[in-house]
Amino acid sequence: MTLRHEKAIIIAAGCIIGALASLLVYLGNPSNMGFCIACFLRDISGALGLHSAANVQYIRPEIIGLVLGSFLLAVFRKEFGAKGGSSPLTRFVLGMFVMVGCLMFLGCPFRMILRLAGGDWNALFGLAGFVCGILVGVFFLNRGYSLHRSYRLPRTEGVLFPALMAALLVLLLGAPALLRFTEAGGGPGAQHAAVIVSLAAGLAVGALAQYTRLCMVGGIRDMILFRESKLLLGFAAVFASALVCNLILTAVTAGTYFNPGFTGQAVAHTDGIWNFLGMLLAGYGCVLLGGCPLRQLVLSGEGNTDSAITVLGLMAGAAMAHNFGLASSGEGPTANGKIAVVIGLVVVTAIACLGTFGTKRK
Amino acid sequence: MKIIDARGLSCPEPVILLRQEMASGEHAYQILVDNHASKENTARYAEHQGYHVQVEEQDGEYTLTFTK
Repeated sequence: MTLRHEKAIIIAAGCIIGALASLLVYLGNPSNMGFCIACFLRDISGALGLHSAANVQYIRPEIIGLVLGSFLLAVFRKEFGAKGGSSPLTRFVLGMFVMVGCLMFLGCPFRMILRLAGGDWNALFGLAGFVCGILVGVFFLNRGYSLHRSYRLPRTEGVLFPALMAALLVLLLGAPALLRFTEAGGGPGAQHAAVIVSLAAGLAVGALAQYTRLCMVGGIRDMILFRESKLLLGFAAVFASALVCNLILTAVTAGTYFNPGFTGQAVAHTDGIWNFLGMLLAGYGCVLLGGCPLRQLVLSGEGNTDSAITVLGLMAGAAMAHNFGLASSGEGPTANGKIAVVIGLVVVTAIACLGTFGTKRK
Repeated sequence: MKIIDARGLSCPEPVILLRQEMASGEHAYQILVDNHASKENTARYAEHQGYHVQVEEQDGEYTLTFTK
């Protein structure tokens, strides 16, 4: 396949993904949250009782669909392969702090794009921080940063994470009494599209992201590193498509899906400095991990257990963020959250330095 | 010919390694990778640098040979 062909495909995939994200909001998801890997993993942590923030508890079928969509297409394309062993605990810790950064900003890189497409200009501070975080990560990559190599593992290892996702779906459909759910009107956790719709959208986006290797961090990273625009085109297409769909929905329905401004934005706050620093931490950590939270889900569906560990780290980070009062709310960041982001920047920098200067590449 | 072992490394490390090695300006390189993304990314980078790319697959691992 030529590069031109690949670019056309990722633009088309980005357009479909942006449209699906916009439609999910119309069908019940919270504003500008057709997809948010950080928010959705946080909701799943809550539904499993790992944190007790009553307003954000739900098993988001989008997450299950993303992993299973990637898994099924990877098996079909013979790209599924179990592997792992590339500094798993370091990845877990990086995942935790990426989540702390995301919950300071209130969204993962994917939702950052969707917030911009919904007119939430606070996300511009997030985008600026995200780019700066990627630049810092690239500084270390260029100097030899590595989490060292992974190895092939027995096939069962790679199948386990998709199986866990399938088990979550069984729990959601068959034994919801075991889970915790936000009560109707009780917060973002109660706002969701129908299970089948969310699952189908997740499956479609998971498959498209597996096929195109779409990554919100990879786009900006590859542009800086190699002047390679393919992934960035996917990023831009998601934004453009969601923006157009939001404008159409606003014109033809009773709802408002494009609300330009800083104030009055759903699941967002207006503290520019901490929006910037939250996404700086997220972008920085994601470059060291080799991909954004969406990409980690997709890779875990392909059998990459290092990415599965990263997702578990993201979920643990979400639980920690809500148990320790680190997560922001519409009223703004918390003092604990600010301290945690600073600690996160120190820890991530220590990992970057050790991964770059501490040991030789094996 | 310089041989680079990038098996098991996650994106974008194989391309960065290749770029560093290609700075020496030799006429032929070989890189070992073990996933599709790394295969495609390193091949594309080498093509951009004006190299001819030849790919061999064996047991899920790829050997890419770049020549000028």
